[in-house]
Amino acid sequence: MKALVAVKRVIDFNVKVRVKPDTSGIDMANVKMSMNPFDEIAVEEAVRLKEKGVATEIVAVSCGAAASQETLRTALALGADRAILVQTDQELQPLAVAKLLRAVIAKEAPQLVILGKQAIDDDANQTGQMLAALLDWPQATFASKLDIANGKASVKREVDGGLETVEVDLPAVVTTDLRLNEPRYATLPNIMKAKKKPLETVTPEALGVDVAPRLATLKVTEPPKRKGGGRVADVKELVAKLRNEAKVLS
Amino acid sequence: MSILVIAEHDNASLKAATLNTVTASCRLGEDVHVLVAGNGQDAAAGAAASIPGVAKVLRVDAPHLRQPTAENLAAAALAVIAAGNYSHVLAPATSFGKNVAPRIAARLDVAQISDITAVESADTFVRPIYAGNAFATVRSSDPVKVITVRTTAFEPAAATGGNAAIENVPPPAEVSTSKVIGQELTKSERPELTSARIIVSGGRGMASGDNFKMLEALADKLNAAIGASRAAVDAGYVPNDYQVGQTGKIVAPDLYVAVGISGAIQHLAGMKDSKVIVAINKDPEAPIFQIADYGLVGDLFEIIPALTAELSS
Repeated sequence: MKALVAVKRVIDFNVKVRVKPDTSGIDMANVKMSMNPFDEIAVEEAVRLKEKGVATEIVAVSCGAAASQETLRTALALGADRAILVQTDQELQPLAVAKLLRAVIAKEAPQLVILGKQAIDDDANQTGQMLAALLDWPQATFASKLDIANGKASVKREVDGGLETVEVDLPAVVTTDLRLNEPRYATLPNIMKAKKKPLETVTPEALGVDVAPRLATLKVTEPPKRKGGGRVADVKELVAKLRNEAKVLS
Repeated sequence: MSILVIAEHDNASLKAATLNTVTASCRLGEDVHVLVAGNGQDAAAGAAASIPGVAKVLRVDAPHLRQPTAENLAAAALAVIAAGNYSHVLAPATSFGKNVAPRIAARLDVAQISDITAVESADTFVRPIYAGNAFATVRSSDPVKVITVRTTAFEPAAATGGNAAIENVPPPAEVSTSKVIGQELTKSERPELTSARIIVSGGRGMASGDNFKMLEALADKLNAAIGASRAAVDAGYVPNDYQVGQTGKIVAPDLYVAVGISGAIQHLAGMKDSKVIVAINKDPEAPIFQIADYGLVGDLFEIIPALTAELSS
């Protein structure tokens, strides 16, 4: 069974992002970039499926600027077999990414597609679901456990009320949640081997996809600043302040 | 042109999140319709019809919609959308709404605007990015705007006073490539985390699931909901639905008490809109103190019982 994993290059989750003073966007200069944490979990899950003998080949795909090659090399170092970069400098929004992935999937014909549930930059949480709809495939989002057997995927999902288990026919799209697995670190030998693994580049034009953004960002602003740092000496003072100053206790 | 709200409900009643979503919808226009797709959902449909500002309720009733998969719910919504004239489709930004809305958007070949915190106009919205460390004002050029609504950013609509017509819509055929085969839902008498007025939340510092009983005693005194940081959930202290944070629940209670929580960026993303934040942690350098209105440095295992006792006096 071929598995396809989509990965995105984003600002590292530890970075404290700065909004540009002219409100045009986020300051990206010299900022550390990494693979989206949910996508690391997706790659790890695919690699585990291969180690179990369930997946036979893992194809990693990324859409974006040339620098996304780094992210794909990381996926290859973690265990993906081949990588495809859909290269464009155009701003890509989830609908466009879903269309690009659909075009790649038409050629690759995987039985399982795994995406991170959301990218930690746009926090959109759309691409996997959109892709499934465009393919007319079932979806299993926010996965915390994935089992494949008899042409079906059994997925435990994290939902607001607790957990829900769905069974979907393959081919299907799965999006990963935090507790699906703990990703491995790429070892140095694997990083070296990854340089030799195939990485193919295509363009949206070659795939016949219009990637023009539908949402225009008018401005990016900082959230209202919260004044913190207040201290109380003991429980009595805390309760007194909550009652009399903050007035949040009835 | 009309606005369609996809109701989140359990056939017997509407989830609170639906009311916040209706409020956001009313900012967009006058002709607000609510889709109540389910099975034997007269009570939920009636509740939707009682919301002032709702012009019509569309009831799609079928056994396969009782606890619908995203595939079946999207099919029902698309059938209603095809038969109507909708400029906007809204769902709450709950796991329910987030699961289904993008399917609808993709089938309509339009963008989705996720997790809006404000409506500036019929085509311009504000939404958080980078874990709420920035806000983007975006304008959609699509003929239909598909939107998920951050419920904490909008007041809930009133539950009574409305008298909308309820229209039955024939259900589309079942999509059976996806089935719900099990559920493990937390049963609790406590207020729901996302709409609670007071939340007591535990982190890694709690050290065990058993120790959460101490927080329960405090929560009982405050009639509070109980939340947790990712660390506490990962460690198995509490189930996943307690998690507050960037990829867990977004909350904005009157009072948030963070106990043994360090205050990682991703946790702050879920609770920094709380009116009052209290932090209890033995580490004076913990980042949580930077946003806390009242910080108490000390041993939570002494402080929490003392706090519970003080509240009883």
